[in-house]
Amino acid sequence: MSPTNVAYQVMWNRLISIVEEQAQALVRTAFSTSVREAGDLSAGVYDDRGRMLAQAVTGTPGHVNAMADAVAHFIRRIGRGNMHPGDVYITNDPWEGTGHLHDFTVVTPSFHHNVLVGFFACTAHVVDVGGRGFGADAASVYEEGLYVPIMKFADRGMVDETLLRIVRGNVREPDQLVGDMYALATCNEIGHRRLTEMMTEFDLADLAGIAGFIFDNSRRATLDRIAALPRTSATGEMTVDGFDVPITLKVRVTIHEDRIVSDFTGSSGLDKKGINCPLVYTKAYACYALKVAIAPEIPNNHASLLPFEIVAPDNTIVNAPHPAPVALRHIVGHFVPDTVFNAFDKIVPGVVPAEGAGCLCNFQMSLRPRSDAPAPPGARRAEVLTFNSGGSGARPGHDGLNATAFPSGVMTMPIEATEHAGPVIIWRKELRPDSGGVGKTRGGLGQFMTVGAMQGYEFDLSAMLDRGDHPARGTRGGGDGAPTMIAQDDGTPMRVKGKQFVPHGRKVVMAFPGGAGYGDAAARDRAMIRRDLARGYISAEVAARDYGLSPEDIAEIEAAVRRGEAV
Amino acid sequence: MKSAAARLGVDIGGTFTDVVLERNGAQVSTKVLTTYAAPENAIIDGMHQVCARAGITPAGIGQIIHGTTLATNALIERRGAKTALITTEGFRDVIEMRTESRFEQYDLNLTLPEPLLPRQMRFTVPERVNARGEVMIPLDIDAVEAVVDRIAEAGFVSVAVGLIHSYLNPAHERMIRDVLARRLPDVAVSISSEVSPQMREYERFNTVVANAYIKPLMASYLGRLEARLQGEGVACRIFLMHSGGGIISIRNAADFPVRLVESGPAGGAVFAAHIAARYGLDKVLSFDMGGTTAKICLIRNQTPKTSRVFEVARTYRFKKGSGMPISIPVIDMVEIGAGGGSLAHVDAMRQIRVGPESAGSEPGPACYGRGGDRPAVTDADLVLGKLDPGNFAGGSMTLDIAASRAALSSTLGDVLDMDAQTAAFGLAEVVDENMANAARVHAVENGEDLSDYTMIAFGGAAPLHAGRLCEKLGVARCLVPPGAGVGSAIGFLRAPFSFEANRSVYMRLSDFDGARIRELLTELRDEATGFVRSCDAESPIQAEFKVYMRYSGQGWEIPVTLSEAQAMAPEAATFLARFEEDYARLFGRTVSGMDSEITVWSVNATTPPETVPRTVDGDGDRDATGGDCAFFDPAIGDTVAAKRHDRADLIAGDRVAGPAIITEAETTVIVPSSRTTVRQPDGCLDLRSKP
Repeated sequence: MSPTNVAYQVMWNRLISIVEEQAQALVRTAFSTSVREAGDLSAGVYDDRGRMLAQAVTGTPGHVNAMADAVAHFIRRIGRGNMHPGDVYITNDPWEGTGHLHDFTVVTPSFHHNVLVGFFACTAHVVDVGGRGFGADAASVYEEGLYVPIMKFADRGMVDETLLRIVRGNVREPDQLVGDMYALATCNEIGHRRLTEMMTEFDLADLAGIAGFIFDNSRRATLDRIAALPRTSATGEMTVDGFDVPITLKVRVTIHEDRIVSDFTGSSGLDKKGINCPLVYTKAYACYALKVAIAPEIPNNHASLLPFEIVAPDNTIVNAPHPAPVALRHIVGHFVPDTVFNAFDKIVPGVVPAEGAGCLCNFQMSLRPRSDAPAPPGARRAEVLTFNSGGSGARPGHDGLNATAFPSGVMTMPIEATEHAGPVIIWRKELRPDSGGVGKTRGGLGQFMTVGAMQGYEFDLSAMLDRGDHPARGTRGGGDGAPTMIAQDDGTPMRVKGKQFVPHGRKVVMAFPGGAGYGDAAARDRAMIRRDLARGYISAEVAARDYGLSPEDIAEIEAAVRRGEAV
Repeated sequence: MKSAAARLGVDIGGTFTDVVLERNGAQVSTKVLTTYAAPENAIIDGMHQVCARAGITPAGIGQIIHGTTLATNALIERRGAKTALITTEGFRDVIEMRTESRFEQYDLNLTLPEPLLPRQMRFTVPERVNARGEVMIPLDIDAVEAVVDRIAEAGFVSVAVGLIHSYLNPAHERMIRDVLARRLPDVAVSISSEVSPQMREYERFNTVVANAYIKPLMASYLGRLEARLQGEGVACRIFLMHSGGGIISIRNAADFPVRLVESGPAGGAVFAAHIAARYGLDKVLSFDMGGTTAKICLIRNQTPKTSRVFEVARTYRFKKGSGMPISIPVIDMVEIGAGGGSLAHVDAMRQIRVGPESAGSEPGPACYGRGGDRPAVTDADLVLGKLDPGNFAGGSMTLDIAASRAALSSTLGDVLDMDAQTAAFGLAEVVDENMANAARVHAVENGEDLSDYTMIAFGGAAPLHAGRLCEKLGVARCLVPPGAGVGSAIGFLRAPFSFEANRSVYMRLSDFDGARIRELLTELRDEATGFVRSCDAESPIQAEFKVYMRYSGQGWEIPVTLSEAQAMAPEAATFLARFEEDYARLFGRTVSGMDSEITVWSVNATTPPETVPRTVDGDGDRDATGGDCAFFDPAIGDTVAAKRHDRADLIAGDRVAGPAIITEAETTVIVPSSRTTVRQPDGCLDLRSKP
């Protein structure tokens, strides 16, 4: 007897729960801060043909499509006849995995009664893979670190010690990376165990039935949403800082009866530095942008992703081939949604937000004992990576989010934890007033950050910022967000990208960008303007100049604040 | 704990205030409607009811233990005092910037919860302590005076102080407190190094702000309550249940009201732990399901699992990250939006979804006949035959099964081409699966396998679903205790005096400093013991030592318990061995070649747990006879002929084979076809897998 509709409903729920559990296990056992603090990881379950059935919703949409495609590459490379219970496969191939060498993808075949029934896969961003270190400075992928082609990490339960020795010999933090590789394998194992329990409980010999149920319902739901859109086409475009030269992203979004095609023809060519993006990663963010706009509650799986076609000419910054340098592919990736929204807003107005900060405002500090004078005894080198966010773009009905990641979903680290990770001092981390673009709805505020080293240390700061010369542009009359600023505390200018030396005693003062505004500032709700002024999201000057608040109103609000009123 | 002739347990919940009087081992209980405007009124009312029934006067009560959701509600409803925060310059927005992430990735219109204090109520002063606890910038006292001027002018009645790295060096926070005490003696002050001395500024600041925010309200309520009770002739001391599952004095509670958050559910876990002790069970899953939510807690060795941080006031479908973190010792529970009133709908994928939206008590499920037209879990239970429409809530209410069918058909059946009964089956399976998934994930997070666990089910809706949940989880045994409707209040009477003191101090095992550790743990023990001693002057006090450890470089610590001997004569090898043992249990294997480190130190002081007489549980020796009925058994996928029993008619040793329904005033126990139940001598129904 085949399972009932009710049983399939239960099984689909269960599979989603299994992948969430798989991801949770990875967060708890991983060593890299990017995984455990920031949530830069993903986990999924697949049928025996490598089609994704369910994926954990984690910190990063960038893994969505890349993960969906990855398992098929593993099946092709390893070969079904060569797969056995106890096997674990691994790669960090940017083009067959998730876009740069720092992401390791691990795939584990799932056998039930000795028959291959499906796969578990997971991906995590590790802190170091050797090479030049995490940054944009490489000229080709060969400089960016160790490359592990799709291969067996474990063969019938036996871990490949040769692989581990090569890995250990090539990276800066061998224990951490090997620990992370084991964490990836362990989380798939947890998923596999739970799948076996489910198949036993429901007396399943294979996953064909539940796969069909998931795919049929997901496809129908996605196609319903696409069918409701106007059958038309529009283009979007955005220019951002890049490394040495600005980058332009272009897209034409075309709504067909049963699919949406996003064509990135016209985007900039390859960059000399490591900010190029493999197509898998462009696909992931383009797809995320469209899904979040039209079908946010439909879970990611093979069928729900299939109607979103992403194309881009070879040798462009959004479709960088081997051996282009791709370490910071996330910067272009994070700008893809704003570009797609730019086009989508012309097809369906009033749904998507204005431009935001886009890429995360990350930087890495490489600290070392000062070289210009005697350093304190016992001073040690340390690497400290932080994740921070600017403001998101104003939404048609809501202000942008202050200092909140979008489209990425990663978390920042507590500054107290960061200061324990190395000899750094974070002097300031707070909201940046007046940085949100003005409008009927206001762009989210960016943030100020000031950082330095402890007494006796100097450091290199590797900046991974953007929007210095290209702030977020307002929509429908809304104002632009404030641009990124970075300089040393004595006024020495710094660049938004690249590794830069900071001498002993000097601080780096940064202001991260705000999101853009949406609609005319004159139409903004007076109560919101008063609230913004009372909270100091906007200054009295902006309240008067851009929002037309009278001096009397401003004085009244300032008095209310002194009286401790909420306004 | 000194034994007293009569003890009173009082739990103020969202709808009802439960009052239990226990005297010479016998209990009298009542439920009265919570009186929001003056919550003490319901307590007085309930107290008089149970005293009258027990034949004593309030003066005869030897001890009162109180737990309340008032603190939680004040945070959820933002009904706190006019409060200001003083923090380190450069960090004004910590409680607003949160983790800089979105807790829901796929909602373009997401709004983040507002911080408890808007930006204009947060003030900064120049000062800075570094990660080694050293002062880098001395506190600018003039700047503090200027901020206090602003606070005075604005008329703030409560002030929170939270400075960077104050958990390592509280000197600046104390100096600010002293200035406030001198200048504004009537203003309540809370400092983060006392309320929550733990690393991670967002959690710590939020916790001290929450404490300050509810302090005037709770202090005033507790003061009124004490006076009212004394006015009614009560002569005994009053204690408060805290979120960590122990009790503290009314004075401590007024100083640290944030520790009262979630004290009601903590009482439920203590209740279950007590039953676990009665049966000598070391692995128990407590399952508490009411009208809106279900709560699940792991109880190992008769002790509920605890945690150092939790989230209150979730604003978005109970989603992790949508509330505010509170870092205090707390009983670790998963709460999901699954209760009798949880409503169902069909989503775009033609999947049945249940909760977290709830019908509440007004209009309630469709079958209440109060205008609800969407199907709730209770409607499904009714249509599946699990509830008797003519005998609900002890016969006080008649349920309208036609309304349930209509709601199930229109909302689910018509969309999915199912009849009302199949729709009810689907609804019940989805809600049971949701709860089972939550339990599984929680177990995995704690490295536990539920298959050798025993479930203890209480709360109005739990016994209807516990049997199916056990089937789904592979749990062989489930106890349904009597008095399940007032479980939390009974739990209060079982709780020990306890206080947990925590401190964040980093130490790598490679830099192991035994003398420093002994000093630190001794300090924490003295602090925790001092609190307990202020409640109970005589009982011996036990200290439980725990450190949180991880491999250097990891972000998650795991709790590692130490014996007193291990804690007082610390050795690196012992710490490492204990850590690796627990790590392997949780994650399957240890990681070789890595240094490990200790991040948090904790000492929990408690009075000894009440010695619990073991119940003599048996397999039953009589088959009880019951009337005919039928219900839908999801494991079989069909309606089965069953027997109906009244719980009051069953006596110790009676055996009832499933399928059966056992009814009582407060709830209904479903015995699936796969289970047999035995009425044990202590009144528990003991559901077990049929051999």
